[in-house]
Amino acid sequence: MCTVCGCGEGETTIEGKSAESHDHSHNHSHGHSHDHSGGHNHDYGQGPAHAHAPGLSQTRMVQIEQDILSKNNTYAAANRQFFAEHQMLTLNLVSSPGSGKTTLLIRTITDLKEQCAMTVIEGDQQTANDAERIRETGVKAIQVNTGKGCHLDGHMVGHALEALEPEDKSLLFIENVGNLVCPAAFDLGEAHKVVILSVTEGEDKPLKYPDMFHAADLMLLNKVDLLPHLNFDVAQCIENAKRVNPRIKVLQVSATSGEGMDDWYGWLKASHQLAMVGGN
Amino acid sequence: MHEISICEGILQLIEEQAVEQNYKTVETIWLEIGPLAGVELEALRFGFDVVTKGSLAENAKLEIVETTGEAWCMPCQKSVMVAKQFDACPLCGSYQLQITGGNELRIKEMEVN
Repeated sequence: MCTVCGCGEGETTIEGKSAESHDHSHNHSHGHSHDHSGGHNHDYGQGPAHAHAPGLSQTRMVQIEQDILSKNNTYAAANRQFFAEHQMLTLNLVSSPGSGKTTLLIRTITDLKEQCAMTVIEGDQQTANDAERIRETGVKAIQVNTGKGCHLDGHMVGHALEALEPEDKSLLFIENVGNLVCPAAFDLGEAHKVVILSVTEGEDKPLKYPDMFHAADLMLLNKVDLLPHLNFDVAQCIENAKRVNPRIKVLQVSATSGEGMDDWYGWLKASHQLAMVGGN
Repeated sequence: MHEISICEGILQLIEEQAVEQNYKTVETIWLEIGPLAGVELEALRFGFDVVTKGSLAENAKLEIVETTGEAWCMPCQKSVMVAKQFDACPLCGSYQLQITGGNELRIKEMEVN
């Protein structure tokens, strides 16, 4: 799963698989239409207890019943524990490319950096441009390049944390890869996903990419200073977002003009307070 | 979305289990995937072949058990079938649905050697 640091997983091969499907053309054709509904209680993958006669090489069934994303969830849980122990607030910022995420982040950092410690993890397929832009504000930032990957995952964030060494009670912004699809499925251990949608995009984006808007707790409708020049129906957009996620909060902001930014800071500070009181 | 990552996740689980359960090759693997899991099955099959090349699951047969999407409709007070996430209730048209099944993305079992 780690497409960045090549920690091996997913690449490791177990040797000795020599002749692929040697001679067992035998009858492992036991239908397999049975649905394992309750009845027999297999141990779910506790190796040793899973009786197997040594030397007897024969195909057999092993029950796994494991979530494919469970590995990522384990990494995410470790990150979440780290954040809780350090009383940090971590936000996973997601959007399509070009929504103004980085500009919004820079403005936020510039306005708030005197008030609390902050760090940033930047995710992009290539280049360290965004991390450099963030560092110009004086805040520590780490760039993660996902290469062929389309999203950050819990493992990458865990590694980034080692290098970042964030302070206790600090704010961590994770700027995910610009993509409204894949990052929805990968928990990073954050307290909230914040989705940024700019008014230069369509108001039906929440319906087109419902997974992301469903997973987010807050939507920032960005670039509202451009509204007079556009045919963008704000009310319709908010209604669409609420349809896929009735509990989503929506704030209208402009990182350029500063409009609405105080509401966003208010939300940030309230969430930060909560994180410092009782962990994420 | 991200089918290659999912395949890498599958291979990782297979490799971990190989140590615990002591097997050398995987002949068949059964996945349970729901229509609401956001996985494109064709892309997954393609990705699986690519990712398992040279691994203990090379040439493994991929069997996908598709589950159905189910949700509880609050206004109707009953369970209904849905084909897509955030679809309206097929009976009353309401969006007040609580998804109860169809999110599965799991390895169910494997035939191993």
